[in-house]
Amino acid sequence: MAEVQEVKKQAKEREALFSKKNRQLISDPLNDSNPITVQVLGICSALAITVKLYPALVMSISVLFVLSAGNVIISLMRNYIPNRIRIIVQLVVVASLVILVDQVLKAYVYDVSKELSVFVGLIITNCIIMGRFEAFALANSPWKSFLDGLGNAFGYAWILLAVAFFRELLGSGQLFGYQVVPKAWYLTEGGVYSDNGLMLLPPMALITVGIIIWVQRSKNTALIEED
Amino acid sequence: MQELINIFVKSIFVENMIFAYFLGMCSYLAVSKKVSTGVGLGAAVIFVLGITVPVNYLLENYILKEGALSWLGPQFAEVDLSFLSFIMFIAVIASLVQLVEMIVEKFAPALYSALGIFLPLIAVNCSILGGSLFMQERNYNSIGEATVFGLGSGVGWFLAIVAIAAIREKIRYSNIPAPLRGLGITFIVTGLMGIAFMAFMGIKL
Repeated sequence: MAEVQEVKKQAKEREALFSKKNRQLISDPLNDSNPITVQVLGICSALAITVKLYPALVMSISVLFVLSAGNVIISLMRNYIPNRIRIIVQLVVVASLVILVDQVLKAYVYDVSKELSVFVGLIITNCIIMGRFEAFALANSPWKSFLDGLGNAFGYAWILLAVAFFRELLGSGQLFGYQVVPKAWYLTEGGVYSDNGLMLLPPMALITVGIIIWVQRSKNTALIEED
Repeated sequence: MQELINIFVKSIFVENMIFAYFLGMCSYLAVSKKVSTGVGLGAAVIFVLGITVPVNYLLENYILKEGALSWLGPQFAEVDLSFLSFIMFIAVIASLVQLVEMIVEKFAPALYSALGIFLPLIAVNCSILGGSLFMQERNYNSIGEATVFGLGSGVGWFLAIVAIAAIREKIRYSNIPAPLRGLGITFIVTGLMGIAFMAFMGIKL
C-alpha cells in the first residue's frame, strides 16, 4: 500500500516537473523579463566579449553552468544560510564555480580563455548571478531554481549572441570565423564592399544593445519606461 | 615618477573602466539618474579601488603567485596558488568593503552619510574585482604603481558616471521615441561617449 502511494506521489511530482508555471520560468527571461534588456543585470561582462561569436558562445555556456549550478546549490542550502552572511556565502559559491570553469577553459580551449582574459573571473560579480540568488534561489526549491537559472542564462545568451552576430558579420564579414561575405565583393578584389571597422570597437557594442532594446520595446510596449 | 603619472593618465582616459571595458555597467546604469547620487557612488568607487588594488597586489605577490611563498623558506618556492586568486580577491574585497564601511562610520560620519548606502553595493561592482584582475594580468612592478592604477581607474569611473548622470538629467526634456526612453537612450549615449573617449587612444604614453 505504501509502495503504491509512493509511486503515485512520484508520478504526481513528475507531472509537475514541466507544468505551465515551470515552463514560464524558462520562457519569461527570454523576452518579458530578459536579464540584460529589462532587468539591466550582467551588462559588465556581456559587452566586452561580443566582437566574435565564438568567445560569446563560450562565455554564454560558462554563465549557463555557473548560474544553474549556483542556483541549485544556493537553493539546497537556503534553509541553513544565516541571513546576515548570505552575501559572503553566495560569493564563495560563485567564486568556486567560476574557478572550476576557468580551469576547464584553460585546459581545453586555451586560446579562448586567453581572449576572454579577466572576463571569466568577472562572472563572479556578474549581477545576474547574485541577482537570481537573491531574488529566486533563496526562496524556491532546487528544481525551480535550476529552471530559473537556465531561463535567465538563455536570456543572457541570446542577447550576447545577437550582438556578437551583428558585430562579427558587419565588422569582419565572418561568422564563427568563416568568411560569409564573398571575397570578390571587397574593394581590394575589385568589388564595392568594405568591412565596417567601427563595429569591432567597444562603443558599438553599447549602441547595438541600445538598438536591440529599441526593437524589443517597440514590439512589446508594456516595457516602455515612463520617465 | 613619470611612470606613475603615465599609469594614472592611461587608466583614467585610455583604459577607462566604462568606455573601454564596460566594467561596473550595472551600477553605472542604475545609479546615474541624478548627478548627486552619481557623485556619491563615484567617490565610493575611487575610495574602494584605491584600497583593494594595493591590498590584492600584496596578496598576489606574497602568497598567490608561483614562487611567491619563497619568503617562508626554500621548500615553498614551487607552490603555485594562483588558481585561488578569484576566491581570495573577492573575499578581500567583500571584507575590506565591510571594514571600510565600519571605519568610515566611526571616524567620518559626514562622509558615511554621503557614501553610506553605496558602500555595500560596491562589493559586487564589477569594476572593483576588474581592477584587481587587471592588476594581476598586467604585472605591475611595485605597490606604488598598483595603487596609482587603482586610483586612476576609480577616477575614470567617477568621470564617466558624473558625465552620464548630467546628460540624463538634461535628456529628460528631449523628445525621444518612446521605446528608446530610459535604458535604450542611455546605452546609445554611452556608446557615443565611448567613441569620443577613443580619441585618447592615440596618446602615446
